[in-house]
Amino acid sequence: MRRLPLLLLAAALVIPLLVRSEYLIGTLTLIYFFAFVGQGWNILGGYAGQFSFGHALFFGIGAYTSSLLFVKAGLTPWVGMWCGAALAVLVGLVTGHLSFRFGLRGAYFALIMLAFAEIFRVAATNLDWVGGSFGILVPLRGHAPALFQFGDKRYFYYIILVMLVAACYGVRRLENSKLGYQMAAIRENESAAEGLGVNAYQVKLTAMALSAGLTALGGSFYAQYFSYVDPAIGFGPANSIEILLRPIIGGAGTVWGPLLGSFLLGGLGEGTRGLVKSYAGVHLMIYGVILMGAVVFLPHGVMGWLRQRGRRG
Amino acid sequence: MSSAVVLSSLANGVMLGGLYALVALGLTLIFGVMKIINFAHGALMMWAMYASFWLAKLGGVDPYLSLAVTLPLGFAVGYAIQRAVITPVLEAPEHNQLLMTLGLALFLENLALLTFKADPRTLLVSYSQASVSLGPILLSLPRLLAFAGALAVTLLLFLFLKFTDLGKALRAAAEERDGAALVGIPVQRVYAVAFGIGTACVTAAGAMAVPFFYVSPEVGNTLVITAFVVVVLGGMGSFAGALAGGLLVGVVESLGGLFVHGSLAQIGIFALFILVLLFKPSGLLGTPSA
Repeated sequence: MRRLPLLLLAAALVIPLLVRSEYLIGTLTLIYFFAFVGQGWNILGGYAGQFSFGHALFFGIGAYTSSLLFVKAGLTPWVGMWCGAALAVLVGLVTGHLSFRFGLRGAYFALIMLAFAEIFRVAATNLDWVGGSFGILVPLRGHAPALFQFGDKRYFYYIILVMLVAACYGVRRLENSKLGYQMAAIRENESAAEGLGVNAYQVKLTAMALSAGLTALGGSFYAQYFSYVDPAIGFGPANSIEILLRPIIGGAGTVWGPLLGSFLLGGLGEGTRGLVKSYAGVHLMIYGVILMGAVVFLPHGVMGWLRQRGRRG
Repeated sequence: MSSAVVLSSLANGVMLGGLYALVALGLTLIFGVMKIINFAHGALMMWAMYASFWLAKLGGVDPYLSLAVTLPLGFAVGYAIQRAVITPVLEAPEHNQLLMTLGLALFLENLALLTFKADPRTLLVSYSQASVSLGPILLSLPRLLAFAGALAVTLLLFLFLKFTDLGKALRAAAEERDGAALVGIPVQRVYAVAFGIGTACVTAAGAMAVPFFYVSPEVGNTLVITAFVVVVLGGMGSFAGALAGGLLVGVVESLGGLFVHGSLAQIGIFALFILVLLFKPSGLLGTPSA
C-alpha cells in the first residue's frame, strides 16, 4: 500500500506518452484540475471543518487576476497566477477575519461565504473594465510557453499534474503537522480545542489563507486552459458547488478524498456524456442525486466507507 | 427626481417585500421547527411558478385560481420531501443536512432546465400592467394583490399556529422535540406537516409572483438567496422578523434600483446580509441563542 501513490504517479506520468487520445488527456486534465481545487476546499472544509459554500470567490479571483494582468498589462500568467493567489489570500483573510472574529459557525459560515462570492459575481457582471457580463477572453498567442499557452494540450496535463501532486503532498504534510492536529481538534469540538489552548481564530484563519491561495491557483489554470472566464464561471454558485462536490463524495478531511471523488465524478460525467449530450442540466441533476445519496449512504465519503470496511475486515 | 417617483418606488418596494416575506415565511417555519436550512426552497418556488404559469397558459386558469390546485399539491410535495429526503438526515451533522437540501435543489432546478429549457418566460394576464393610483403614488396592481395575499397567508398561518391543536403541536415540537414526543405528539408527522406548510407558503408566493415576475429554471436561485437574507435579517425562525425583513429588503432593492442601474442594487442586499450576519446573527427581531 505504501507504494501505491508512487505507482499511480508513475502511471499518470507515462499515460500521455503511450496514449495519443486527446479526449482521454483532456478528461484526465479536468479530473486532476477538480481534484486540485477540491484539495484547496478540503483544507478549510475538510480538515478545519469550516464548510464554505462560496469557494468560487477564490477561484474567480485567481482566474480574473491572472487574465486581467495579462490582457491589460501583458504580464505573463505564470506570474499573474501568484498575484491572484496573493489577492485571494488577502480576501480570504478579510472574509475569514470577519466571519471568525464574530464567531460564525456551521450554516452561517456557509451562507456568508456564498454571499461574499455573490457580491463579487454581481460586481464583476456590472464592471465594464473587468469585461462585464461577457467576461474575459484570453488572447491566444499560439504556442507560447512563457505566456502559459501551449500548442499541445499535454503541457496542461503535466502542469496540473505537478500542481496536484504538490497540493496532495502539502496537505499530507499538513495532516501530520501541529497545525493539522489543531485543525482537526477544532473540527471535532471547537470549544474543547480552545479549552486546551488552541487559538481557534488563528488556526481557522491560516486554513482559510491556504485554502484560498490554492483554489485561486486552480482558477488561474482554468482561465489559461479554456482561455476564457466570465462572472458565472468564475464566481457563480454552481462553481462553488462543483468545487466542494468532489472532496465531499471522496471523503472530506482526507488527502485522497478529492482525488477519489474527482475520478468517480469524472468517470461518471464522461460515461453519461454520450447519453445526455443534448440535454443541458442533466449532469447537474445527476450530481444532485449523487450528493443526496452520498449524504445518506456515505456520510464520510468513499474514504470513510473504505476505512470502515478496512476496520471490519 | 420627484418625490412622487421616490414614493411610488418605496410603495412598490413594500409590495415586493410582502412577496419576499411570504417566501421567507416558509423558510423560517421549516428552520424554526427542524433547524434545517432548506436550500431547495427557491427551487420549489420555481416549480410552483411553472405550475401556475402552465395552468394559465394552457388551461386559461388565473394564477390566483390555480392556487386551488397548486396549494394542496405543494403541501403534499413538501410532506413527501420531508419523509423521503429530510428524515434520513435529521440526526446528521448540520453540514450534511445542508448538502442534502443543496442536492435536492440541484436536482429540482436542473430537472426544470431539462423540461422547460433555459428561456425566461413571462405570463401576461389582464391585470399584469394595471396600476392603482393612490394620491401621487402609482401602485402596480399585481404587486398590490401579491402583497395582500402575502399578508393574508401570514395571518392565517399565525392563527393556525396559535389556536389549532396541530399548530400547538408544531410549536411544541419546535420548542422541545423529546418533550413533545413524550407527551404523545407524533413528531415525525408534525415535522412533515411543517415542511408541507413551508412548501405551500412558497407555492402561494410562486402563484402570486407569476403575473409580474419572469419564470425560468434559475429564478428560484435568485429568490432563495434573497429569502436567506430576509430570514437572517428577521431572525431565523421568527415570523414577525420574516415579515419585517421582507419589507426591508423589498424597499432596499426598489430604492436601490433608482440610484444604481442593473443588478448592482443586489450588492446592497448582500452587504446588508453580511452586516447582519456579523453583527446580529440572531436577526433584527430574533432572540439571541446560546
